[in-house]
Amino acid sequence: MAQDHAVDSAHHDDHDHGPARGIGRWLFATNHKDIGTMYLVFSLIMFFIGGAMAMVIRAELFKPGLQLVQPEFFNQMTTMHALVMIFGAVMPSFVGLANWMIPLQVGAPDMALPRMNNFSFWILPFAFTILLSSLFVPGGAPAGGWTMYPPLFLQGGNYVAMAIFAVHLMGASSIMGSINVIVTIMNMRAPGMNLLKMPLFCWSWLITAYLLIAVMPVLAGAVTMLLTDHYFGTSFFNAAGGGDPVMFEHVFWFFGHPEVYIMILPAFGIISEILPTFARKPLFGATSMIYAIASIAFLSFIVWGHHMFVDGMPLAAQVFFMMSTMLIAVPTGVKVFNWTATLWRGSLSFEPPMLFALSFLFLFTIGGFSGVMLAIVPVDFQYNQTYFVVAHFHYVLVPGAVFAIMAAVYYWLPKWTGNMYSMGLAKAHFWLSTIFVNVLFFPQHFLGLAGMPRRIPDYAVQFSDWNMVSSIGAFGFGLSQILFAVVIIQCVRGGKKASAEVWDGATPTGLEWTLPSPAPYHSFTIAPEVK
Amino acid sequence: MRVIKASVDHCASRRRGIDRQWGFPPAVALFAAALAAFCLIETAAANPLNTSNGYNLPIGVTALSQSMYALHMEVFWICVGIAVVVFGVMIYSLVKFRRSVGAIPDTTMVHSTKVEIVWTIVPVIILVVMAVPAADLILKQEDTRNSELSIRVTGYQWKWQYQYMDAADGIDFFSTLKQDSNFARQLGSGTDPKTIPNYLLDVDKPLVIPSGTKVRLLLTSMDVIHAWWVPDFGAKRSAVPGFVNELWFKVDAGKEGIYRGQCAALCGRDHGFMPVVVDVRTPDAFKKWVEEQKAAAKQASSPAAAGSPAAGSPAAGSPVTGSPAAAGSPALASPAAAGSPALASPAAARSPAVGSPAAATASGTPPPSAQVLR
Repeated sequence: MAQDHAVDSAHHDDHDHGPARGIGRWLFATNHKDIGTMYLVFSLIMFFIGGAMAMVIRAELFKPGLQLVQPEFFNQMTTMHALVMIFGAVMPSFVGLANWMIPLQVGAPDMALPRMNNFSFWILPFAFTILLSSLFVPGGAPAGGWTMYPPLFLQGGNYVAMAIFAVHLMGASSIMGSINVIVTIMNMRAPGMNLLKMPLFCWSWLITAYLLIAVMPVLAGAVTMLLTDHYFGTSFFNAAGGGDPVMFEHVFWFFGHPEVYIMILPAFGIISEILPTFARKPLFGATSMIYAIASIAFLSFIVWGHHMFVDGMPLAAQVFFMMSTMLIAVPTGVKVFNWTATLWRGSLSFEPPMLFALSFLFLFTIGGFSGVMLAIVPVDFQYNQTYFVVAHFHYVLVPGAVFAIMAAVYYWLPKWTGNMYSMGLAKAHFWLSTIFVNVLFFPQHFLGLAGMPRRIPDYAVQFSDWNMVSSIGAFGFGLSQILFAVVIIQCVRGGKKASAEVWDGATPTGLEWTLPSPAPYHSFTIAPEVK
Repeated sequence: MRVIKASVDHCASRRRGIDRQWGFPPAVALFAAALAAFCLIETAAANPLNTSNGYNLPIGVTALSQSMYALHMEVFWICVGIAVVVFGVMIYSLVKFRRSVGAIPDTTMVHSTKVEIVWTIVPVIILVVMAVPAADLILKQEDTRNSELSIRVTGYQWKWQYQYMDAADGIDFFSTLKQDSNFARQLGSGTDPKTIPNYLLDVDKPLVIPSGTKVRLLLTSMDVIHAWWVPDFGAKRSAVPGFVNELWFKVDAGKEGIYRGQCAALCGRDHGFMPVVVDVRTPDAFKKWVEEQKAAAKQASSPAAAGSPAAGSPAAGSPVTGSPAAAGSPALASPAAAGSPALASPAAARSPAVGSPAAATASGTPPPSAQVLR
C-alpha cells in the first residue's frame, strides 16, 4: 500500500467531504474512487505476481530439458498463472475502471450501493491469500490447469478446498460488483442521458455485468460439485460411480466462454472511447457498436462446445458449435470495421492511450483470425491443446484485454490524479510492450502448428528455437511492465498539472471531462443536464 | 537488457517531443526481426517429430491429415486476404490522416447503414465459404464404419496401453517413454537433450499398424483425461474415463515408417512425457509381426516356458496373456525385443515379475514393479 499516501495527497482536502484519515479510509471505503483505486492497485499487484509465474514458465521453457523446476511445480505455475491473471488481474482491473469511471460518465455522485462495493472489493484480498497460500501447503497449489477438469483436479490434496473456496469468493465478489454496475447505470444516469446516449464504456460494462451474473453461479455450482466429489463421496464427475467427467467440461465452459467475453467486452468499450478522442471525430456507427456487443454477449452462451471438440461430441453438436462460433466473427468484424472507419478521415495524434488502442486494434484482430481458424472443427483437431491455442488466447488477452486496460489507465490517469505522466516513459513502455508481446506470442503459433502440445514443462529438441525466441520476448515484456508501474507511481506523486479536459488538443467527449482534474471526491453532487 | 536500456534512454531523451509522434526505438525492432529471421532459417533444418516444416501444420500421410492441411491453408489465406484489406486501410489511415501532416477531421462521418450492411453480409458469406468444406470434412472424420483393424487405446498416468482386436486379437502391451529420454529429462540430469535421438518422442514399444488399412482406435482412460495425438495422421481424440471415443485413420500405402506424437491433454506430473509412437508397416510385414507377437505370447504363457506355478493360472494363460505382467518384464520392455521373436526368451519368462503378484493384477493396472523396472 505504498501508494496510499500518494493517492491521499493527490486528492487534497479542497472539497467539503474529503476522505477519512488513515487506514480507515481504505478499510471502510465507500467512495467509488477509493474503491476503484484499491481494485486497480490490487490488480496491478496480481499482474506482477501472475507475471512472475509466467517468467518461471518461460525460463523453464527457454531450452529443452528440465533446468529449474520439477514438472509438478511447472504445472502449478501454469495453473496459478491463469487463475491469478484472469480472476486477479484482468477482471478486478475492469471492475476498478468501472468503479472509477461509471459514476463520472453517467453523471452520478457515487456508485449506487457503496457498502456492497466495499464488501465486493475486500473479499478479493482474502480470496487470493487463500489461493496463493496453497503454494505453501503440502501437495502444493492447483496443478490441473485453471479449467480444473476432473478427475485430474480431484487427485490433488489440500489445494482442492482452498482453490474452490477462493473461486467461490471471487464469484461472490464479481456478482456484487456487477449488481452495483447495473443498479448504478439503470438508476443514476443524469437527467437527459438515455441509454443510447450513454458512453460505450458504460454500455460494454452493463452487458458484461449481466454476463457475470448469469455465469458466475454456474462456475460456483461446478466447483461445488467438485468439492462434494472430493470430500463427501458424491460421483458427479466420477465415472466409476456413474458420474460423467465430460459433464464438468460442459458446465465449466458454459461459464468459461462468456467469461472470455467478460474479459474483452469492457476492453471494446475502452477502445471505443479512446479512438474517437484521438481521431478527433465521433465513433463511427455507435448504435451498431452497441448491438454488436449485445450479439456477442448472446452468442457467447451458445458456443461453449468449441472448447471440447476432441473430447467426444455428437456430429450435430460439432457442426452447431462450429457455426455458432464462426458467427461471433460477424459482430466482432463489425466492431473492427467501425473502429477503422473512425480512424478514416480523422485527424490522428499518437499519445500513449492512442498507441495502446491502435496496438489493440491490430493485435486483437490477429487473435480474432486465429479464433476463426480454431472454430473450423476438422482443423481444430490439429490445433486443439497446442501452442496455437496458447498463442490465440494470449493475443486476445494480452495485446487485447491488457493493452486496453493500459490504454484506459493512460487515458484517465491524469483525470484521476490531476497530474500528467511522463509521455516519454509511457511511449517507451508502449513500444517495448508491443514489440516484445509479438516476440513472445507470435512464435507460439509456429510451435503449435508444428506440433508442440501446451502445458508441457519440456519439449522435443526441434521446438528449441522458437521457444527460446518466445522466452526472450517474455523476459522483455515482463521487464517492460516495470516501466508501467514507474509511470503510474511518478504520476500519482506529482507532475505537470492536467487541465479538466486533459487531452486539450484532442476532443474527448463525455461527462468525466466536465469535472476538474483530479475529479472531486464526490463526483457529481448536482446532476448535470445532458442535452 | 542492453537493448531495452538503450531504447528507454532513447525515448527519455525525447520526453518533451510529444510532436515527434512515434518515439520509435528501432534497435528493439531490428533485434526482434533478426531473431525471427535466424529462427526461420534454423527451424527449417530438421524435424523428427512429423512432416511439418517447423512453422506450419504437417501435411501428413493420411487422406484426413491432407484434407485438414488443405482446409487449414484455405482458411489461412482467406484470413490473410482479409488482414491485408483491413490492416491496409488501418495503415493507410495512420499515414494519411495524421494531425501532424495537417489532416482535418470529417466530423460528419458518423454512420452509414449501407456500408454497415455490406460489412455484415460479406463476412457471413466468407464464413459460409469456410464452413461448407469444413462440415463435409467433419462427416468424413466421424465415419468410422468399415474399419479393418480396431485397437483399444487406454491412457494411464503416464503411458499408453494398446489392445488389438480383429485379426490381431490378443496382442496387448504398454508403451512408455524410452529410458534414455527418461534419464535425460530429469532435473539436473546433466545430459544434453540434443544428444538423445528423438528426445521425449521415443517409446519402448511402439504401436504397430499396417499401411493402406482403415484403422479404428477406441480410446478410453483408466485414470484422468488424456489425448492421443499423431499430427501426421491428423488424429487427435481425448481418452476419457468412462467413455469410449472413436478415431480412425488410414495411412497411405508407401508411407510406411515411424510417426510420432504426444499426449495432448494435461494429465498430471508427467503429461509431457508420454509420447505416442506408431510404426507403420506394409500389410505383409504387419501380418508377420502379428504372428510373431502371438507366438511369443503363447510361449511366454505356456507353463513349460514360464516355469512357475502361477503362470498356469487362468489369468496368465488367457489369450490376453496376462499382459500387464508380460509387458512389465524387462525383456519385453527393452527396445531390442520389440517385434522380435527373442522377446520371449525363457529367462525373461521365468522372471519373477511374470508369475507372481504382477500376474494377479491383470485387471488393467500395470504392476508397480513395471514402473520401477522402467
